[in-house]
Amino acid sequence: MASTTSSDSGIYVRDTVETAAKLLVVGPFGVGKTTLIGAVSEIEPLRTEEVMTQAGALVDDLKGVEDKRTTTVAMDFGRLTLAPDLVLYLFGAPGQQRFMRVAPVWQQLAHGAYGALVLADTRRLDASFDAMEMVEKHGLPYAVALNSFPDSPHFPEEEIREALDLSPETPLVDCDARDRASAARALIALVKHVHTYYREHLP
Amino acid sequence: MTPRRVRTDLVRSYVITGGRHQPSRNTHSLELVSLVTATGDRPLGELDPERQKMVRLCQGGYLSVAEVAGHVRLPVSVTTILLADLIDSGHMVVRKPPPAARPTDLDVLEKVLDGLNNIL
Ligand SMILES: Nc1nc2c(ncn2[C@@H]2O[C@H](COP(=O)(O)OP(=O)(O)O)[C@@H](O)[C@H]2O)c(=O)[nH]1
Ligand SMILES: [Mg+2]
Repeated sequence: MASTTSSDSGIYVRDTVETAAKLLVVGPFGVGKTTLIGAVSEIEPLRTEEVMTQAGALVDDLKGVEDKRTTTVAMDFGRLTLAPDLVLYLFGAPGQQRFMRVAPVWQQLAHGAYGALVLADTRRLDASFDAMEMVEKHGLPYAVALNSFPDSPHFPEEEIREALDLSPETPLVDCDARDRASAARALIALVKHVHTYYREHLP
Repeated sequence: MTPRRVRTDLVRSYVITGGRHQPSRNTHSLELVSLVTATGDRPLGELDPERQKMVRLCQGGYLSVAEVAGHVRLPVSVTTILLADLIDSGHMVVRKPPPAARPTDLDVLEKVLDGLNNIL
């Protein structure tokens, strides 16, 4: 978990940091979000949970206790010092159906994010649809990383692109979320794409 | 690699925020990745245990709002309310203005790219 430029001040962000950039890592439960974040993070990944009503409102008062229809949304995150003045935060969040109803959490996550890495598994590509829809809904550029598990079937790239309905410019990369370099390469593919996207979409 | 689970206790959250779900005036400027630190020039004695814990945590340096929440094991929503109070009372400061809702800074992206290439 050490990085060449990682903070030498333990859990703290260096005093010299001016910019905190944010990327999202999204996909269904078990697809490898926490693993990927942990592979590149310089800190032990942290987790926070938010309790929401099913209507999507944040619950932090007693009205929520009376209303039993609540759901918990967890997000994991890690940090990477990339330059003396720059840290990158990676936030992992599920894209499950129920998560769609908890819009404030997604707004908070998407706000200020440069883009998202969508993780997918060829055994269940459709499980990533919800995450892709949420990311698209928030207007975030994204790349798709296929995590290969031992029994994940291999398909030609064109078939996968078609199944996921990817536009031609959306990167599709293979990734082993457990491997630091592989995880970093997936993030590089995303950031390159985000850079191109904003260069072309800015006035 | 699975981070430890954090239980979210609604009643406890209610009590430690004083029953508020509307944060103080500073909250609008706090984002998940806003960096905060303790000023070190306000007494801790007047604070309740949760707020004291946050200030102590942040005496060591800068942390993002999300990291503070993770370390003190509270939801981000509750953490934001408490941090806003602590900024109002002068115990804490935010380092940076919040990032744009839709950041498009190509220079930052190039730096991120260089940094990621360096760890390969
Ligand atoms: N073979 C393989 N296993 C992986 C990969 N990514 C994650 N795993 C394993 O899949 C399980 C679920 O991963 P996790 O990161 O917790 O998924 P999350 O729910 O998306 O956060 C863990 O046991 C990981 O070790 C991968 O790229 N390849
Ligand atoms: Mg996880």
